[in-house]
Amino acid sequence: MAQDALSKLLSQRDWLMADGATGTNLFNMGLEAGEPPEFWNTDRPDNIRALYKSAVDAGSDIFLTNSFGGNAARLKLHNAQGRVRELNKVAASLGREIADESGRIVVVAGSVGPTGEIFEPMGNLTHKTAVEIFHEQAEGLKEGGADILWVETMSAFEEYAAAAEAAQLAGMPWCGTMSFDTAGRTMMGITSAALAGMVENLANPPIAFGANCGVGASDLMRTVLGFETAGTARPIIAKGNAGIPKYHNGHIHYDGTPDLMAEYAVLARDAGVRIIGGCCGTMPNHLRAMRQALETRPKGPRPTVDDIKAALGGFSSASDGTGDTSGDPKRERRGRRGQ
Amino acid sequence: MADDEIILSELSDDELVLQMHDDLYDGLREEIEEAVNILIERGWAPYDALTKALVAGMTIVGADFRDGILFVPEVLLAANAMKGGMAILKPLLIATGAPRMGKMVIGTVKGDIHDIGKNLVGMMMEGAGFEVKDLGINNSVEKYLAALESEQPDILGMSALLTTTMPYMKVVIDTLKEKGMRDDYIVLVGGAPLNEEFSRAIGADAYCRDAAVAVETAKQFVARKHNRPNA
Repeated sequence: MAQDALSKLLSQRDWLMADGATGTNLFNMGLEAGEPPEFWNTDRPDNIRALYKSAVDAGSDIFLTNSFGGNAARLKLHNAQGRVRELNKVAASLGREIADESGRIVVVAGSVGPTGEIFEPMGNLTHKTAVEIFHEQAEGLKEGGADILWVETMSAFEEYAAAAEAAQLAGMPWCGTMSFDTAGRTMMGITSAALAGMVENLANPPIAFGANCGVGASDLMRTVLGFETAGTARPIIAKGNAGIPKYHNGHIHYDGTPDLMAEYAVLARDAGVRIIGGCCGTMPNHLRAMRQALETRPKGPRPTVDDIKAALGGFSSASDGTGDTSGDPKRERRGRRGQ
Repeated sequence: MADDEIILSELSDDELVLQMHDDLYDGLREEIEEAVNILIERGWAPYDALTKALVAGMTIVGADFRDGILFVPEVLLAANAMKGGMAILKPLLIATGAPRMGKMVIGTVKGDIHDIGKNLVGMMMEGAGFEVKDLGINNSVEKYLAALESEQPDILGMSALLTTTMPYMKVVIDTLKEKGMRDDYIVLVGGAPLNEEFSRAIGADAYCRDAAVAVETAKQFVARKHNRPNA
């Protein structure tokens, strides 16, 4: 099989820049809150082209398609579960168009977000159903010409693994990131070190893995250090939010400036991250500042947790949950029944 | 080991209650159901079984969730065990006219289609003994008002995951104020991009960082409401 575009770029370059926010940008173009962004693939394709192009023009080597919520479980909330194939195919084909026009290798990464369902036994989602849901979406993205699948914002490892299996069924190379937003872990309790270990046990491991979204750039960088401490050799992805949303006079904006995001990008590169991008709140001006900093600032030593704190601000929790057992249930047991 | 085998029916009341706290923590639904039946057979008031065994046990779970010791999967299993016990107690609580923990109407605001956080709050509130009416996602102010009318809850919970939708919470609260209904309800808000400052700015009673905090906050406010004369 020919090498995929992402693996090719990774073999040629030390770092690659991914894109920024999808939602924030689309809302700025007039997406109505409550409207599924994926509908714009067919309703307002020029806006989606503009979104993709803005990332490419700002220097992104990789951009994500507008298909984050394009799985049957999410689209069902809009009674559009029958449009999975179509909406994903168009999301990818618009991307293919923009990437091919760019005159350089730009990776079209088919975005695959969570189903929003909870796995059994706590919830109703079975492994089989999850694989089917992701597989359907993957086939649409593949048909539209996506280079790879980009699984993101996951919190349950079961769901991440189901997406891996779906990628295999579709014959698509893939990357996958989780969102570490709860005391350094994902909502479902996964630590950075745990993810680094678990990806190696997948039958179909990702090209690269990492973290996206969560609680601002500082926390995200701490998660990155956690991946590395776990001793991974796999390329790491960092896609942090442009700061934290703040409320001012009825309007909300992310407090991360382009300068701060440039600082974050350089720190990520110095920490050994191979794929660096933004997430919520990251606009083209942030991306341009990041690209410029990555190209012009000399490589520095690997940052420590203190360096990160000094450059990007404090963390949302004292610990990231790795390296100790304080995260394990520690109640004094009264004795156990049966087994 | 055989030494570890515990026969629930052979435990004293105090030991049984402590064992129930453990079993809730471990999410053992069948054990909780068995233990609730034993307490009732021993003549416990349903309300005591609810508060001293189940709610107290879930308080421990909630505290460890808040402190980052337990995570969502464990909490959901605990809430599921709690629900098993609640199913037994509910008809008995009604029959004995026991005081209610309180009722909550909860929903994600208009324009927002995210629901995991809101679902977790609902599950944990039920786990703490509250009655919960879940309005789902994308709720307009009209839908909230209709539910407040039909459900007569103590608490209105609103959730938003998007910075673009969180201001809608203010629309709902302002409408309640206009109609002179604001003080009839405890208004709790939550969601990833929110914070305390935002909650104050829009006139909510409290911001709840996570589901455990939501439960604790709800309990405090309901207790205050019940202590208020003429309330």
